[in-house]
Amino acid sequence: MVRFAGVGLRYANAARPVGGLAGDRPGAGEPAALHDVSFTLPQGSFHWLLGPSGAGKSSVLRLMQLSLRPTSGSVEVLGADLSRIRRRDLPALRRRIGTVWQDFRLLPHLPVQDNVALPLRIAGRAEGQIRADVAEMLRWAGLESKAGQLPATLSGGEQQRAALARAVVMRPALLLADEPTGNLDTVQARRVLALLHEMHRLGTTVVVATHAEALVEAYPAPALWLERGRLVSHG
Amino acid sequence: MAEPRLRHGAEARLRRSRGRDPLGLRRVMSDRLLPALVAAMALLAALAIAGARGAADLTSRWEGGAATAMTVQLPSAAATDGRLTRALATLAAMPEVAEARAMDQARLRALLRPWLGEAPAVPLPTIIELRLEELPRDPAALADRIATAVPGGAVEAHGVWVARLVALARSLQAVALAALLLVAGIATAVVAVAVRAGIAARREAITILHDLGATDTDIAGRFAARAALLVGLGGLAGTLVAAPVLAGFADLAAPLVGGQPGVDLLALPWGKLPWLELALLPCLAAGLGWLTAQATVRRWLRRLP
Repeated sequence: MVRFAGVGLRYANAARPVGGLAGDRPGAGEPAALHDVSFTLPQGSFHWLLGPSGAGKSSVLRLMQLSLRPTSGSVEVLGADLSRIRRRDLPALRRRIGTVWQDFRLLPHLPVQDNVALPLRIAGRAEGQIRADVAEMLRWAGLESKAGQLPATLSGGEQQRAALARAVVMRPALLLADEPTGNLDTVQARRVLALLHEMHRLGTTVVVATHAEALVEAYPAPALWLERGRLVSHG
Repeated sequence: MAEPRLRHGAEARLRRSRGRDPLGLRRVMSDRLLPALVAAMALLAALAIAGARGAADLTSRWEGGAATAMTVQLPSAAATDGRLTRALATLAAMPEVAEARAMDQARLRALLRPWLGEAPAVPLPTIIELRLEELPRDPAALADRIATAVPGGAVEAHGVWVARLVALARSLQAVALAALLLVAGIATAVVAVAVRAGIAARREAITILHDLGATDTDIAGRFAARAALLVGLGGLAGTLVAAPVLAGFADLAAPLVGGQPGVDLLALPWGKLPWLELALLPCLAAGLGWLTAQATVRRWLRRLP
C-alpha cells in the first residue's frame, strides 16, 4: 500500500517546487529532510507518525501525498512508484488520497457543502450524485446544519470536520492527516480522531502525524517515530 | 411565504454558481477593468481594420480606374487625316497599353459643356483614352515614350499623382495592419497581467485544487473560460461602439468612392462597413484571451509537482 525504501529527501532549490506549496512547514527548507527512511504500511492499517518538530513528519506525509519526489530511494504509494510515475498521471492518483491539514485549507469563499463537494466536482461526478454524497458526508461529520455557511463562520473543530469530510468524500484508499488536532480543544480533537478511526474501520489506510501524546494514548496504534529525518522506531 | 422562497432560491443559485467557480475567479478577475481595457483596444482594432479595408478599396479603385488611364490629345483634324488611326495602331502595339480607344466626340462635348456651353466655338481636340496593363513605375517616362511614338500628341499622365495616392493608401494599409498587430500584442499582455494577478490572488486555492487531484487542464480551463468571457464581452462592446464611428467615416469617404453622403443616421452607409471582420473581432478577442490564459496558467502550474 505505502512503501518507503531507503528514502532520502533533500530540499535543494532544483528539487523544491519553485513556488512552494501552501502546505510548506517551518523546517522544510533544511538541506536534508529525510535520511534512509524505510517502512511499509499495509493496506487498511492505522499508523501514528510521531516525532519532534523538524523531525521530517511533514516531509513523509508530503511524499505520501505526491507533493514531493524522493531525492534517493523509492516511494511506492497505492501501487505507483513516485520515481517513475509521469506528472500527468499524478492527479488521478491524488484523487485516491485524502489529506487533512492542521490549518484546514478550506476555500474561504465557498460554503461548507461546496468545499466538501470539491473533490467530487474535480473528478467530474454528476451533480445529483454529488448532492447525495455531500449530504451523507455532512451528516457523518455532524455538519448538516452548517452546509450553507462559509468556513469563517465555523468553529475550529467544525472547520476540521468539514476538511475531514472533504478528504473522505471520494472514499480514499489512503487518508493522511498532518497535525489534524493541532488547533482544536480536547473535545473537538477526540471527535476528529474518532472520525479518522471510523475511516480506518471502513478499510482506509490512515496515517496521522501528531504531537498530541494524549490522543496517541487514547487510540493505541502502531507508530512511526522520526528524529532528525531518520526513522528511529516502527511498531 | 413568497419572499422567503425567492430568497432561498437566490441563495441556492448563488451556492450553485460558487460551486462552479471554486477558484473564486469572478471576484479576482472582475467584469469591469479587463473588459473596459479590451473594449478600448477592440475599438482601436476595429478602426484599424476599417482603415485597412478602406485603404484597400481606394487602392483598388484608383488602380483599376484612373490609375491605369492616360490620355493622348491630338489636333481635331487628326480624326480625318489618318493620324488618329496610325496613333491608335502605334499605341495598341505598345506592351504597356492594354487598350487604346478614341473618345466619342459627343461624350467629350458633354464633359466640356460646363465650360464651353452647348455649342463650343472652338474645335474640340481628338482624345485617345489609354488603359494600361498596370500602374507604371515611372509615369513620366512612359508619357515621354508615348509622345515620341505619336508625333504631335500631347500626353496627360494622371498616373503620377494617382501612383502617389496609391502608395499612400498602401502605406496606410500597412500601418493599419501594424496597428492591429500592436493592439493584439497589448491585449495579450493585458490579459496575461490580469491572469497573473488572478493566480497571485488565488494561489492557495489553486494549490488546494491541485492537491485534491485537479489536472492542469482543469485549472487552466477555469482561468481560460473566465478570461475568454471577459475579453469577448470587452471585444463586443468595443466593436459596438466602433460601428457608428466607422459608419460616419464611411459617410465622409463616400464621395471618394463614387457614393453619396447620407442625410441622417439611417442613411449612413452601414452596408459599406466590414461586417464580417467586425463580427469576428469579439470572437478573435475571446480566442486570444483563452489562449493567453491557458499559456499563462499552464506555465505557472509547471512549478507544482
